[in-house]
Amino acid sequence: MKIKSIIAVGTLLAIATAAYASTEHKIMQAGKKFSERRITISVGDTLNFVNDDGTTHNVHSNSAGHEFDLGAQAPGTESSHVFSKPGKVKVRCAIHPKMKIDVNVE
Amino acid sequence: MKLLGYALAAAVVGSSVLAMSNSETVVLVGLQPGAEVDLDAERESFRRDLEIDYPEDNMPNAARIALGKTLFFDPRLSRSGGQSCASCHNPAFAWGDGLPVGVGDHLRPLERRSPSILNLAWAEPLMWDGRAESLEDQALGPMVAKAEMNISLEKLITRLESIPGYASMFAEAFDGDATITPDRVAKSLAAFQRTVISGMAPFDEWVEGDEAAITAQAVRGFELFVGEANCATCHEGWRFTDDAFYDIGLADDDLGRGNIVPNIEVLNYAFKTPGLRNITQRGPYMHDGRLATLRDVIEHYNDGGVARPSRSNEIFPLGLDEQDISDLVAFLETLTSEDTPVEIPVLPH
Repeated sequence: MKIKSIIAVGTLLAIATAAYASTEHKIMQAGKKFSERRITISVGDTLNFVNDDGTTHNVHSNSAGHEFDLGAQAPGTESSHVFSKPGKVKVRCAIHPKMKIDVNVE
Repeated sequence: MKLLGYALAAAVVGSSVLAMSNSETVVLVGLQPGAEVDLDAERESFRRDLEIDYPEDNMPNAARIALGKTLFFDPRLSRSGGQSCASCHNPAFAWGDGLPVGVGDHLRPLERRSPSILNLAWAEPLMWDGRAESLEDQALGPMVAKAEMNISLEKLITRLESIPGYASMFAEAFDGDATITPDRVAKSLAAFQRTVISGMAPFDEWVEGDEAAITAQAVRGFELFVGEANCATCHEGWRFTDDAFYDIGLADDDLGRGNIVPNIEVLNYAFKTPGLRNITQRGPYMHDGRLATLRDVIEHYNDGGVARPSRSNEIFPLGLDEQDISDLVAFLETLTSEDTPVEIPVLPH
């Protein structure tokens, strides 16, 4: 019985930890491209965008229910966004619209 | 072949070695002025690539393309009945109109130049300010715009339904279903426009290895184009555009993409990088047709234009001399292809 209780508590802890654990993924912006064309992440994960280009970039999404806009991102700067809901999020640059990354949030 | 230069270095090795401030100072990290770069690689980067990624819901077929072409040349798609898509996108002017700015309903001038529709199969987004995501999104815009073709979608459909010859064309284009809808009009126009592609130009023959296809002066112009003139930073790839938006320092009241995306300063006065194919047939130049010749255009870039916070950090005084400018013009002249004249369709009745 005692062993079962320990296992149960351990399981609950693991579930609780998983629920709150989040991962930060680094996405580079270079040559007017994101370093990934698509990425699958978990709810609560963060994408950290690093502008390694010589030109200003932007990171935004118009996907319904997932809209965000990180504004202008100067060369050499970083910006982050937490993806708090599951879904498929199309992320684009408003200055260079062919810069695309599709984010699958599970 | 090797070339000396700053900007080419940036284009070839990517931004990890390049840092630029908003001022006119260019800071190169890891490369020194005069560093050697590979011109052959630059030349290769302009090789034609005609593979098209069609939208899943508008895969082309011959009947749909033919319908789109017919609609494109049909002035009955305008309220007045006197203006077709081809009025502003005329194949005789490399699919533009040769005017500084377009002409709309009642022949009133519009605010921007009619862009060529050449090579739009690979373009996104559309329009000078990028407000349309795709050719399908864009197709109906000029029709319903009061300043342009000024026809409501209801009137458009009613008018097309009143022309018996269109029923069979729609049926052939859409799996036997003759229903005419705005969505089908847009899809047909988009399908046709994806077939409007510039042909092989002398520059392409040179890229393919024919060293005699263009003159030595044009080759020098190409070296400047991808080198110290910094043109290829934006006019990249075989279509000579990155489909992006920049303020290039033209004195202007038109905010361009800044009207669409108001929260990003560098998008104020920013317009889409136009492709350069058949550019000798497409004057006057810039988004409002203010510059008459290619030499005028290069002289603007050489000057750097208006220095303001929104101006792209890729625009700065270039220090080109008269010979450089002539060489660049000679290069640009090699981008025009001798395309087969377009056959105008007989319209249905």
